[in-house]
Amino acid sequence: MSTPIVEAIDIEKTLGEGAGRVQALRGVSLTLKGGEMTLLMGPSGSGKTTLLSILGCMLTPTRGTVRLRGETTTGASAEGLARLRRSHVGFVFQSYHLFPTLTALENVRLVLDVRGERGEDTRERAAAALTTVGLSHKHHAFPRELSGGEQQRVAIARAVVGRTSAILADEPTASLDSENGQAIMTVLAEIAKDPERAVLVVTHDPRTLPFADRIVRIEDGRIVGEDAGARRAIVTTEPEVPAHVP
Amino acid sequence: MLGDWLTRIDTGRLRAAAGPAIRGGAAAVWSTGASRAAALRARISLARKRGLPLIVLLASRNLFHDRVRLVTTVIGIVFSVILVTVQIGLYLGFERMVTTMVDHADADLWIVPKGTRNFEDPSLLDDRQRFRALSIAGVADVAPLVLGFAEWRRPDGGSTPVFVVGSDPRSGGIAPWNLVEGSVDALAAPFAVAVDRTYFSRLGVTGLGDTGEMRDQKARIVAVTSGIRSFTTTPYVFAAFDRARGYMGTPADRATYFLVRLATDADVTGVRDRIRANIADAEVLTTAEFRERSRSFWLFGTGAGAALFGGALLGIVVGTVIVAQTLYSSTKDHIAEFATLRAIGSSTRYIVEVILWQALLSAVVGFLLATAVGVAIVIATADSALPVVMTPGLVLGLLVLTVLMCAVSAIAAIREVVRIDPATVLGR
Repeated sequence: MSTPIVEAIDIEKTLGEGAGRVQALRGVSLTLKGGEMTLLMGPSGSGKTTLLSILGCMLTPTRGTVRLRGETTTGASAEGLARLRRSHVGFVFQSYHLFPTLTALENVRLVLDVRGERGEDTRERAAAALTTVGLSHKHHAFPRELSGGEQQRVAIARAVVGRTSAILADEPTASLDSENGQAIMTVLAEIAKDPERAVLVVTHDPRTLPFADRIVRIEDGRIVGEDAGARRAIVTTEPEVPAHVP
Repeated sequence: MLGDWLTRIDTGRLRAAAGPAIRGGAAAVWSTGASRAAALRARISLARKRGLPLIVLLASRNLFHDRVRLVTTVIGIVFSVILVTVQIGLYLGFERMVTTMVDHADADLWIVPKGTRNFEDPSLLDDRQRFRALSIAGVADVAPLVLGFAEWRRPDGGSTPVFVVGSDPRSGGIAPWNLVEGSVDALAAPFAVAVDRTYFSRLGVTGLGDTGEMRDQKARIVAVTSGIRSFTTTPYVFAAFDRARGYMGTPADRATYFLVRLATDADVTGVRDRIRANIADAEVLTTAEFRERSRSFWLFGTGAGAALFGGALLGIVVGTVIVAQTLYSSTKDHIAEFATLRAIGSSTRYIVEVILWQALLSAVVGFLLATAVGVAIVIATADSALPVVMTPGLVLGLLVLTVLMCAVSAIAAIREVVRIDPATVLGR
């Protein structure tokens, strides 16, 4: 039985005020379980990024409950949310958002430093994370010396080095060519094999579909469907989830 | 290199520790010393391996990444610190100069005419006051001092005003110091005077043996000092007490000040109060009180101190504004990185620390450069009419001031950063 890592229950989110007020999410419920890679797909303006922000504790919902490893975000201050992020969430961003003045190894170590982990083993852990994503030979390279795919792999190493249980990726392949996009998704799929980790990928990219255990579709702030991904279909003989759940 | 140096230190310590062991025949001290040295070496090796803490590394790389901005920041700090250094240094130089005679006098108490505002404000006291003071318990000696302006007639026929300081070196008072030629004893000779070499051209002389005239009396240079300058730029001329009276036309039973030396173990304030009670038309001040009175008059009574402090304050304000502006724009340029830091869960404190480290590093770089320039200014002005003085206290104070200035400058940048919405990194 997979462990629920992130639980979102009946989430509503209103953004803006007055005439600019927008109902971004309308009663969204979603559970991310350990050992699963979930794709969140939907058209622009459907609420994907808002949902990702809420699941990643960057925003709090207007209504509803979010729990990470059982810890609720309700009523949490900005500092409380930051603590939840560093304890439970690893992010992979579309534009990598690496620190240009730090090397690959230092970029990965930074997450540990932010968490107050400054022991001698942090170098080894950061190096191991880079090895996991196939960059053992690029420890001392600065982001400008890396290709887009390599930068995204450093970003993934940064997301996983803190052993956080939720890995949230925002369009991780959008800036990459087909080959690099595939490589990135392969790495994320490997990470998702860990039963203690859930991976959520927000994407438009159809090339990511073969890597999904689950595909959640969102439109107009509502979840409108959920499919079993190709990976689950390959791994399990019988799909656990109906091919399309309205 | 550091490791080798520490190794040498360790060896020294080990040898010191080994002394009793060898004498006592115990090997335990050796092993303790050796293990301590090994632990120290291991700690150094670990620190070298670890390098800079990551937060400091991030701050320094942010800072040094943009060289143009760094140069602007450092120039702002250097400008500010130099301005403050010069103003405070001038203040210290001025303060030292206006009290130099009081500081070099051999006196515990000063009997001065009522209403005296500073050392160079001479009026005259009656000799009877000296004898009254001598009768007070606790007084060991009372030396007369006579001061005043005179006209120095140069050998070439021109003249210049001088400030004559007359005391009897054998009974205390003020003897010339920093002698580079001649001797104080030579002032006992007829028509003997001592002058500072920086005033040679003003006095129209070239050194020992040269002569001038005051009140139609010959004045022969028998001693030359270095660095005894007056902030009024009027040269000091030292002479024996009686000779000085002659140069200024002071009556024989008068003196400007009486310098009181106390008997061993006498209580300064107690004796001061007893003299006050016995002398009319004069004030009795401790040396510290007279120094403070002279200092206050010149620095605050004339507004010179306020001008110097005003300049220093302006330096601080300008420096703070420049550093604040560059730190703020640097932070704005790195805003996406700070948002990323926030997104990966860093606390506000961590981000504030990054900015404060940037400010601190700017401060240290700026301070070191400014100090180097400051030292050059001190050297360049050493022999000028108003030298800039740098004391260890001033250097330490400037370091603290620079760090504080940079920390205050970081406030705007910090306010900007703590308001960052981490969600801005998504969808970009």
